[in-house]
Amino acid sequence: MSTAADASAHDAHHNLMVDNKKLFMWLFLGSDCMFFGTLISTHLIYRKLYPEEYDPTHLFSLELTSFSTFILLMSSFLMALAVSAMHKGELKSFRRNVCGVIFFGLIFLGCQVYEFTEFVHEGLTLQSGTFGSTFFLLTGTHGVHVAIGVIWLLCMLFYTQNGKVDAHESAVDAEVAGLYWHFVDIVWIIIFTVIYLIEFIGKTGGAH
Amino acid sequence: MSSTITETHTQHTGADSALKPERSQLGLLRPDHSKSVWISWLTTVDHKKIGVMYGAMALFFLLVGGFEALVIRTQLAIPENDLISAERYNQLFTMHGTTMIFLAVMPLNAAFFNFLVPLQIGARDVAFPRINSFSLWAFVAGALVINFGWLLEALEMFGLFNASGPTAGMNDFVPAMGWFGYAPITGKEFTGAGTDFWIMGLQILGIASLTAAMNFVVTIINMRAPGMKMMRMPVFTWMTLVVSLLIIFAFPAITVALGQLMFDRLFDTSFFATAGGGQPILWQHLFWIFGHPEVYILVLPAMGIVSEVLPAFSRKPLFGYAIVVFSGAVIGFLGFAVWSHHMFTTGLGKVATAAFSLLTMAIAVPTGVKIFNWIGTLWGGRVRFAPPMIFSLGFVWMFMMGGFSGIMHSSAPADAQQQDSYFVIAHFHYVAIGGIFLAVVSGIYFWLPKITGKMWKGNLSTYVAILSTVGLNITFFPMHFLGLLGMPRRTHTYLAGFGWETYNLVCTIGAYILATGIFLLVVDMIRCLRSGEPAGDDPWDARTLEWSTTSPPQVYNFARTPVIHARDAHWEDKYGPESRHTTYEADDGHGIHMPSNSWMPLIASVGFIPLGLGLSLMQAGVPFMGYMAIFGLITIFSAVALWAIEGPGGYHLHPKEATA
Repeated sequence: MSTAADASAHDAHHNLMVDNKKLFMWLFLGSDCMFFGTLISTHLIYRKLYPEEYDPTHLFSLELTSFSTFILLMSSFLMALAVSAMHKGELKSFRRNVCGVIFFGLIFLGCQVYEFTEFVHEGLTLQSGTFGSTFFLLTGTHGVHVAIGVIWLLCMLFYTQNGKVDAHESAVDAEVAGLYWHFVDIVWIIIFTVIYLIEFIGKTGGAH
Repeated sequence: MSSTITETHTQHTGADSALKPERSQLGLLRPDHSKSVWISWLTTVDHKKIGVMYGAMALFFLLVGGFEALVIRTQLAIPENDLISAERYNQLFTMHGTTMIFLAVMPLNAAFFNFLVPLQIGARDVAFPRINSFSLWAFVAGALVINFGWLLEALEMFGLFNASGPTAGMNDFVPAMGWFGYAPITGKEFTGAGTDFWIMGLQILGIASLTAAMNFVVTIINMRAPGMKMMRMPVFTWMTLVVSLLIIFAFPAITVALGQLMFDRLFDTSFFATAGGGQPILWQHLFWIFGHPEVYILVLPAMGIVSEVLPAFSRKPLFGYAIVVFSGAVIGFLGFAVWSHHMFTTGLGKVATAAFSLLTMAIAVPTGVKIFNWIGTLWGGRVRFAPPMIFSLGFVWMFMMGGFSGIMHSSAPADAQQQDSYFVIAHFHYVAIGGIFLAVVSGIYFWLPKITGKMWKGNLSTYVAILSTVGLNITFFPMHFLGLLGMPRRTHTYLAGFGWETYNLVCTIGAYILATGIFLLVVDMIRCLRSGEPAGDDPWDARTLEWSTTSPPQVYNFARTPVIHARDAHWEDKYGPESRHTTYEADDGHGIHMPSNSWMPLIASVGFIPLGLGLSLMQAGVPFMGYMAIFGLITIFSAVALWAIEGPGGYHLHPKEATA
C-alpha cells in the first residue's frame, strides 16, 4: 500500500496544495448547497404564497427539535475530535469518537422518525397540500443525508478495524468524511431556523 | 518511439515480478491485463478508452435522434399527412430533443473531455479513474432507462407484450410531453409510464454528469504538469473547466425538480399538482435554472474546439487568448442569470422581464468578443483549408446566425410573437447544428487521427461539409418564415392554405440533405478506421501538448512528466526558442504508477437500471417493482462499499523511452 501511495503522491502534482479527494468533496458540497437551496426555496416560496394554509406551530415541538439539533451539533464536535485524532495517528481515539458520532447521528434520526410519526398521526402527511409536501421532502432529504453519513462512518469503522492504515490517506479520508458531516450539520441549522423557528415569530409556543 | 514495455507489479511485493493479475484487498483478482477484449473495455479506467466509448455511444444516439428528426420532418412534408399518429409524433419530438441533448451532445463533449483534457494538461489520467468509469456506465444506464419505452413499444408491435393484467396501469411507454416536460402535463392524470422513464433516466444521467464534472474540475485544477499554469492551458481545457462548474451548480436544480415531480406522481404530493395548491410555474423556474446553463454546457465545449482548430490552421496563436478564456467564464456566469427569458410570456411582471431581457442582451457581448477573436486569429494567418478548418469556419458563420436570432428573442415584445413558434426551432437548431454539431465534427476531423493513429483518406470531408451546411440552411432557414407566419412548434400536422406548404416541403428536403451529410461522415470515419494510413504524431502541425504524444497515445500518456514553459507547448517545441521548449522530468526509477481496472464502477452503474425501471414501473402499479428498486439500490450501495474496500491498487510500467 505504501508503495502505491508514494507513487500516486509522486504522480499527482496537487497544484492547489489541496488533496484530490478533499477538492472533490468541496465541489460536491458546492453542488449540494444548490440542492438544498432549491429545496429550501421551494418551501419558503410556498410558505409565502399560502401563509394561511397550515399553522405548524401546533405541531412543532421546539423542545424535541432543539434537543435533536443540539445532539447533531455535538456530533459535529465529536467528528472534529475524530478528524484531529486521525491526524495525530491515534486510531483508537478516532474509532471511539466515530462511534460517538454514529450514536448521536442515530439519536437524531430516531428523533426525526418519532417526529414524523407524530406529525402523521396529527394529520400532516406528504399529501396535505404544499406544506406537507415541501416539509417532508426537505427534512426527509436531510435525514437521508444524515443516514448516508452514518453508513459512511460505519464503513470507516469497518475499514480501520485491523488497525493497519496508511497515515496520510486515512487522515484525508477522515477529513473528507468530516467535511460532509459538518456540512449536513450546517444545513440542519438553516433548516431548523427557516422551517421551524420562523413559524413561531409573533406566536406563543407550541401546544406540546 | 519504442512500444515495448516491461510491466511489473510493485504494489504488494515491492519487487519486480511477472505480469499477472494481482489480488485486491477484497481477495478478488483485479481485472488488469485481461486477455479478453470485453473485460478490458468493461473494466477499464483509462481515460482514453472511456472517451472512445463515450464517443461511440454518443454517435449511436446522434443517429437515433437524427432518425427521429427525419420521421418528424417526413410527417410534416405535406399538409394533413397521416404517416404517424399525433401520439407517436409527440413521442418523437420529445425523444428527439432528449436524445440529442442528453444522449448525443453531452456525451460527445464528455468524449472530448475524457480523451483530451489529461493529454492537454500533461497528466497521466484523470484524478479519479474509477469514478470516471462509473460516470460512463451510469450514462449508459440512464440512456437505457430513458429509452426503455421504445423496447416496450417494439415488443407490443410484435405482439409479445401488452399492457394488461398486472401491467394494465401502464400506458404510453415513451415520454411524450416535450423535452422540458412542463407541469402539469407531466402529472399522472395526463401521461403514463413514459414520463416515469424520462424522470428516472434524466436523474441517472444527472448523477453521471455530476460525478464526471467534479472529476474534471479536480483533474484540471490539481493534475496539471509542472509549469502548466492556468493561463497556459489550452482553451479547450479551460472550457471544460467552465462547463464542469456549470454542471456542478446547475444540475442540482433539475435533480430537485425531477425528485419533486417523482413524488407528485408516486406519493400524490402537491409540488406541481394544482389540486393541492402546487404551482406549475415552479417547474418552469426550476427547469430553466438548470436548462439555461445547460445550453452553455452544450455550446462552450464547441467553442473550445473551435479555439483549438482555428489557430492550428492559421499558424498563429489564438488572438486574445486571455479574453477568449475570460469571455467563456463570463458566458458561464451570466448563463445562471437569464433563465427567465424562456418564460417571458408567463407574466413575470415588467421589472423581471426587463431585467432578464437586459441580461440576455448582455450575454451577447462575451459571445461577440469570442467571434471577433476567432476572426482576429484568421487575420494575417496562413490559412489552410484542411477538413477540421472547414468545419470550424462553418461553425463561426452558422453559430453567428443562431446568435442573431437569439438576440431577437432577448427582446421580450418580439419574443412574445415568436414564443413556441417555428422561429424558436430555427434559432436553436442554428445554434445546435450550425454551432455545436459543426464544431464537434471539426473536432472529430481534428483529433480522430490522434485517437486512432490513422489518417483520413480522400476528400469525402468536403462533401460532408457541403451537404451538412447546405442541408442545415435549407432545413432551418425557412423555419424563420414559418414561425413568423404563425406555425406553432409541436404540431403534428397542419391544414393547407396558411402559406406553410412550400416552406415545410423545403425544410423536409433540407433535412434529407443534412442526413446524407451525416451518413457520409459515418462512411468517412469507417474508411479512416479501416484503411487509413498511419497518421504520425502530429499530422496537422498543431500547437497543444496532446500532439507531442504518440498516435494513438500510450496507455501512460507521457513516459516522463513534461515540464511546460509556454502556452502552445508543442508549437514552441517545433518553432519556439530553446527557453520555451518542453522539458521532461528525469526518470526516478520507480516506473509509472498505473491505476488498476475495476468491476465495481460497472456494477454500481448497472444497479441504476433496476432502480430506475423499478421506480418507474411502481408508479404504473406493476407489482413487485418496489422490490426491484430496492434490489437496485442495494446493488449500488454494495458495489460502492466494495469499491472503497478493494482500494485503488495499481501497477508500475517501465517504458523504455522513459530511461532513454
